[in-house]
Amino acid sequence: MFGYYLDLALRSLARNKVLTTLMVVALALGIGATITTLAVLRLLSGDPLPQKSAQLFYPQMDPYPANQPFSRSGKMPWLLSYVDAMNLLRARRAQRQAAVALSQVKVMPQTADGNPFYADGVMTTADFFPMFDAPFQYGAGWSAGDDDARAQVAVIAGFLNDQLFGGADSVGHMIRIEGHDFRIVGVLRPWAPQPRFYALHLGGHSYGKGQGVFVPLQSARADGITPSAMMSYGPGSGMDHLETSPAIWLGVWLELPDAAAVSTYRRFLANYAQQQVALGRFQKSRTAMPALMEWLRGEHVVPDDARLQAGLAFGFLLICVVNTVGLLLAKCLRRSREIGVRRALGASRAAIFVQFMVEAAIVGMVGGVLGLVFAELGLWGIRHQPAQYAGLAHLDLSMFLFTFVVALAASLIAGLLPAWRACAVAPAPQLKAA
Amino acid sequence: MELLPILSSLRRHKLAAGLLMLEIAVACAILCNAVFMIRQRLSEMQVHTGLAESELVWLKTDGVSGADATPVTESNLAALRGIPGVKSAVVVASLPLSNDDMNFNPSMDADGKHRGPNMELMVGSPGYLHALGIKLVEGHDFSADDYAGVDTWLPHSPSMIVTRAVAERLWPGQSALGQAFWIGTKRYQVIGVVDHMVRGELRGNASEYTALFAARPSAELSSLYVLRADPSALDRVLRDAAAKLAALNPQMLINDKGTYPGLRGNYFASDRAMAWLLATVCTALLIVTALGIGGLASFWVAQRRRQIGIRRAIGATRGDILRYFQTENFLIVSGGIGLGMVLAYTINLALMSHYELPRLPLAYFPVGALALWLLGQLAVLGPALRASHVPPVVATRSV
Repeated sequence: MFGYYLDLALRSLARNKVLTTLMVVALALGIGATITTLAVLRLLSGDPLPQKSAQLFYPQMDPYPANQPFSRSGKMPWLLSYVDAMNLLRARRAQRQAAVALSQVKVMPQTADGNPFYADGVMTTADFFPMFDAPFQYGAGWSAGDDDARAQVAVIAGFLNDQLFGGADSVGHMIRIEGHDFRIVGVLRPWAPQPRFYALHLGGHSYGKGQGVFVPLQSARADGITPSAMMSYGPGSGMDHLETSPAIWLGVWLELPDAAAVSTYRRFLANYAQQQVALGRFQKSRTAMPALMEWLRGEHVVPDDARLQAGLAFGFLLICVVNTVGLLLAKCLRRSREIGVRRALGASRAAIFVQFMVEAAIVGMVGGVLGLVFAELGLWGIRHQPAQYAGLAHLDLSMFLFTFVVALAASLIAGLLPAWRACAVAPAPQLKAA
Repeated sequence: MELLPILSSLRRHKLAAGLLMLEIAVACAILCNAVFMIRQRLSEMQVHTGLAESELVWLKTDGVSGADATPVTESNLAALRGIPGVKSAVVVASLPLSNDDMNFNPSMDADGKHRGPNMELMVGSPGYLHALGIKLVEGHDFSADDYAGVDTWLPHSPSMIVTRAVAERLWPGQSALGQAFWIGTKRYQVIGVVDHMVRGELRGNASEYTALFAARPSAELSSLYVLRADPSALDRVLRDAAAKLAALNPQMLINDKGTYPGLRGNYFASDRAMAWLLATVCTALLIVTALGIGGLASFWVAQRRRQIGIRRAIGATRGDILRYFQTENFLIVSGGIGLGMVLAYTINLALMSHYELPRLPLAYFPVGALALWLLGQLAVLGPALRASHVPPVVATRSV
């Protein structure tokens, strides 16, 4: 029976080529726009570390004076001061903990003819690599002992290793960063969580290829490397005495394996803040500790423009669907006579309904295929946009399949009303009119 | 033209006419908001930075550290001034729209009880106001003595110049000259007011909250060179300046360089892309809507051939038939517009609460309505003309 409906639908669609093309193209445009923007939104709002994100937490506290709040709307300060970050790190109350700051660093190649260049650098502590599951190509990260000893060691990214050492195992080689020699202890495989959660508010990029150089925080500070972002909350803060000045410039990450550990740490954090109030360092004892995804959502990492574009695309798809409903309806009403004859010859209402739904589905599937072409075209356009994330826009398998789900759903919804009207046609008047 | 027959015929096609109305309503709502957003972006892109933009080039270097910073930077500036076509050369802390700025909250009294709004700290080397083309409207420029040292970016000289926006925000209704505020414990006094000077990034009403200070080149103030030159020679001046800096300072890194118009273009690149995207979607939307109107109208014409023939046979002119379909379209589009306005307003309210968008001005409604009426008439013209050419003899044939 289905084959027969398919045949009927194809015949009917072929009879009105212009109209069929119109419906297919309109639906495809709507689907193309929707899939393009959804792919971008998915990319931007994705989980940067799917296997680990639920166990990663970002502690926040508020060292700002009461008469000079961090924000008027009551937002928690984004970063921690050196003193607080180090106190949390030294307490070792989490399974793993690391402090992070970003910096642009001048790298001097060791070869004679190499020109110095700037690289995105991360100043952090030993737990950074195991906590974020950073994969090593050669060597490994540094140890907590290296942190305390202010060892001049560095981990470099794969792309920097390719650039400086032609991709060879460079562990043990030296790299000159901001005029100081660092011994390479590890080379990362390509690793760039999107969005780069640990770079948020630290003055780096949230998307795109990752940072090139990773050095121990205390070693880098001893060498005079300054962070890209710093906010002061009191007088007497300068770049040269960041460790003691009233300034926030570090993000701290914690790995807490289960709910019990999380609630224990929350209590510890609240106690710590109350202690600081008692000591007179803080005026407010409020704290927060969002999990990774909660932190990203709270900070509106996804650009407003991407959301607006997705909303616009859905509006457009709605118009295309309504358009298709109107055209299918007009078409099926014109075929009242045909329907009357089929009903008189014994076709049931259900049969008529299925026949028209098959027709709509065909429009949807063809629209979906064409929509996929439009989506690829749209994503190609996005890749040429000036946004940080532009280079990453692509269609993965799930979005590919989702396209057909959207296409089929859109066309079946569009077909519902016309098909219902068609099966409601009473056969007798139609036959009489003939 | 009688409206009643049209209305009663439309009542027989409630569903199709309703759908068309819905389509037009959604199109109208999206169109009004999208065009508004495009205008919003375009007007932001028109922002007046206060600089002599077409005459500026900039070079961002890694600066000079240590005690040599002042003499090395000063000799670099002297050498840059020697390039043919260069009118002046200065080093500054940041440039408007460079996405790079230093901000502070001033204290309005000595003990820091009352804080002013967040504003940008702009610092430059001798003659930088004039070099950048910033216009003074009150008071006077920094004197030679004002260009002294800085202490981690806080200038030693107590003189400052503020923008008119800062003056009106901090001291409304009074002259800003002679007024003061504190940064930390350091007191700064206003000696002049400039017309415009936007910050490193636009921040709505606070985009022009800038306080300008004077300092001689130092380790802090040694990385961003700005040259004012003949507009026709910008590219050559930029090349020459980069070559000269590289020749004078073999260890210096030039991270980035460009013309000011180029920097401005980069700042607005994403806004421009968004405006283009909105415009493209609007166009596609209008085309789909027009095709929908045209498609449905053709069907109705084909369906009513006999009826049209009868009307023609009993005396209706071609003009009558044409006007019938045009009026019918006008009625449907009008219904759609009415619904669309409500929808447009609702969408705008939602956008206002989520994206800090201003209220949709009322002027958009009549303009949007006119555009859709025109679109409807254009889309229906083809089918309506075909209808008007249906010969009366059709009435006598049984279909």
